[in-house]
Amino acid sequence: MSEALNELGTHISLKRPDCVISYSIALDELTLEVVPSSLVGLAEFLKSDATCRFSTLVDITAIDHPEREARFDVVYHFLSMYQNHRIRLKCAVREDEMVPSITEIHPSAGWFEREVFDMFGILFSGHPDLRRLLTDYGFRGHPLRKDFPTTGYTEVRYDEAQKRVVYEPVSLVQEYRQFDFMSPWEGAEYILPGDEKTDGAKG
Amino acid sequence: MDGNFDDVLSGEQKIRNFNINFGPQHPAAHGVLRMVLELDGEIVERADPHIGLLHRGTEKLMESRTYLQNLPYLDRLDYVAPMNQEHAWCMAIERLTGTLVPRRASLIRVLFSEIGRVLNHLLNVTTQAMDVGALTPPLWGFEEREKLMIFYERACGARLHAAYFRPGGVHQDLPPKLIEDIDEWAEAFPAVLDDIDSLLTENRIFKQRNADIGIVTEEDIQNWGFSGVMARGSGLAWDLRRAQPYECYDEFDFKIPVGKNGDCYDRYLVRMAEMREATKIIRQACEKLRNEPGDVLARGKVTPPPRGEMKTSMEALIHHFKLYTEGFHVPAGEVYAAVEAPKGEFGVYLVADGSNKPYRAKLRAPGFLHLQAMDYVAKGHQLADVAAIIGTMDIVFGEVDR
Repeated sequence: MSEALNELGTHISLKRPDCVISYSIALDELTLEVVPSSLVGLAEFLKSDATCRFSTLVDITAIDHPEREARFDVVYHFLSMYQNHRIRLKCAVREDEMVPSITEIHPSAGWFEREVFDMFGILFSGHPDLRRLLTDYGFRGHPLRKDFPTTGYTEVRYDEAQKRVVYEPVSLVQEYRQFDFMSPWEGAEYILPGDEKTDGAKG
Repeated sequence: MDGNFDDVLSGEQKIRNFNINFGPQHPAAHGVLRMVLELDGEIVERADPHIGLLHRGTEKLMESRTYLQNLPYLDRLDYVAPMNQEHAWCMAIERLTGTLVPRRASLIRVLFSEIGRVLNHLLNVTTQAMDVGALTPPLWGFEEREKLMIFYERACGARLHAAYFRPGGVHQDLPPKLIEDIDEWAEAFPAVLDDIDSLLTENRIFKQRNADIGIVTEEDIQNWGFSGVMARGSGLAWDLRRAQPYECYDEFDFKIPVGKNGDCYDRYLVRMAEMREATKIIRQACEKLRNEPGDVLARGKVTPPPRGEMKTSMEALIHHFKLYTEGFHVPAGEVYAAVEAPKGEFGVYLVADGSNKPYRAKLRAPGFLHLQAMDYVAKGHQLADVAAIIGTMDIVFGEVDR
């Protein structure tokens, strides 16, 4: 299984050295690190190349790493129903960077890209209709970013006096409960009195 | 401006397309679908589905809960066949942690996945019949669904939100009587299918409303990412149970029914045939379960210790306590696990950072892609066909909106 994937990875990186930064195989899955600017070309290559034939787009999503300079990983999953294999493309993008849309090659990318835009605020250049998809009409913010609170910023209720649904800032009657169940003895660095002497003796 | 005909053109030349809102309170919208339809007379020119009315932020919620606490969220996606979703979640965790599921648990999973398939297809076939005007099939179909949900209840205590599949196996073993009852049901069920068959398959109205409606070609399947019955209805024998076998599906004897024309009627026939195949798998699984006793959980870090052991062993008690408070840790990595859910390929893309909570979990629902193609498939059809197309796409908003 992984030999075939290895072969496939080598094949793609040899044919498209300008697109692929590196490839890796973990848990029987092939992952390619790619540069965002070459996504369209690579997706087209993957679709048309006879050994690849990744004609089905399975999924597009993103991962937020707020501490990194290139904050987001945009992740593409492709499937070939003819060759019966899968592939994952990952490209790191900065917050202010645009990602080229692959709707020209895979029409099904339309909603996925809209969802990623909605949830992470990543813009896709060349998308025909980049509106919000899942959130409310007039929603502000991008919920799946790590710095967006789980409770959100606005809440809605039906107002009996005004006879309509009103939007209000979130007011929590108690603090949002985020328990930290992590073991205190895992990862903690206790400094016991007298420890510095052993360190001093070593040094 | 409509009705402003003060120029030289006659009114007849200025007829504009008519926009209507289909849903979100329309019974044929299968939940909370709001669709803006642009109609030229009765012909659909453009369909713009507005989804997200059932968006609960599952993926966001999952990031602040442990792996085990997240499991019941999967039930609430496609609530027509809940256990099939749990399956994908468990498989993702098992692949990351390298857990091997015991054989008996594997068989129980197959058994209940197939029960889920029958549950889903029964609902879909019969409500589609209702969408196009027949009232009896849902009444007959729901009777069988009721029986199946009682099996769910007897296995795990809940009729719908089961939380039965757990990472490393299933929550509890099945009582022998339940296996016998499921087998007995599976023996009688094909006769019920024959009844539904006799109501619908040769029904003139049903045929007129479904045949040659919403034709999907092989190219459309690739372009729009269709899976499941939407793909098989067009003659593409793509089934993950066969193509990329998971669990112990490779040792079961079943066929993959395919359609020929790729229209709504063929997809109905495929669903009927799939129910018969699922019943066959159920019977085989019951037979295997009778002969193969054993544990149903891979005992280890991701699963609780046996109840009896907790009464005597301090370590087991600590393990139990830590498992249900802190939860287990999953090694850092990423994995995409997919199952052949009744609606198509349901996948979980899981990114773990080594802690007890997923860093990112993406749920890939088949209905999301099917609904996306609504504009493409419905274009040029009559308004009345839209209901049939929504029905055949098997849309459930729990999974589309997440």
